[in-house]
Amino acid sequence: MSDTTTITNILTVVLLLTGAFFMLAGTIGFVRFPDFYSRMHATGKCDTLGEGLMLVALIVYGGATFVSVKILFLIIFILFANPTSTHAIAKAAYDVGLEPWRKLDDEVEWVTVKTESIKTEVKNDDLDT
Amino acid sequence: MTGASLFGIEMVNVFLAMAILIVIASFVSLYRGIEGPGIFNRIIAVSVIGTKTIVLLVLIGFIYERPDFFDIALVYAILNFIMTIAATRY
Repeated sequence: MSDTTTITNILTVVLLLTGAFFMLAGTIGFVRFPDFYSRMHATGKCDTLGEGLMLVALIVYGGATFVSVKILFLIIFILFANPTSTHAIAKAAYDVGLEPWRKLDDEVEWVTVKTESIKTEVKNDDLDT
Repeated sequence: MTGASLFGIEMVNVFLAMAILIVIASFVSLYRGIEGPGIFNRIIAVSVIGTKTIVLLVLIGFIYERPDFFDIALVYAILNFIMTIAATRY
């Protein structure tokens, strides 16, 4: 086994593992996030990147052949199509009227009251000096 | 094709492990497709599973050394995209 073969194989394995990590992270986010929009945030980017990395790894493994050109076309098509479909789904959901997820109302009120009190304190300090 | 082994591990086995990982991830996504509230969660679950299937097809093409699968993967990508756009329009 020559040195270039070893380097190629190591590069392939590293790219494959990185792509699998991104794909699994996107899947976990898809299952665990609380809201439709945040789920789409997890899948839309992680899946595109993971898939691109895995296909680049297969191009590195296959070398410069006709098959690699096909996979390159596949990568380019996915980089165009996946964000487009994600945007289309999000826009359709927004037009239908799906509400984005928020925190509980009590917490939101508490936070706004806290920030207003801080602002008033700052103003008083300015007046004193 | 370049050499077939790295540190005693066959590259085909690495591809096989990646394919099994992708299948597991697809089944985890399928949970959201069955359970998820509303139609949009199901649409995006189908889209995600289709995206994973493309990589799975390319990996199968490399494992069995059959270049036919790359054409199938290309057609599958185009069909997946068209299906998602059609499902969101109507």
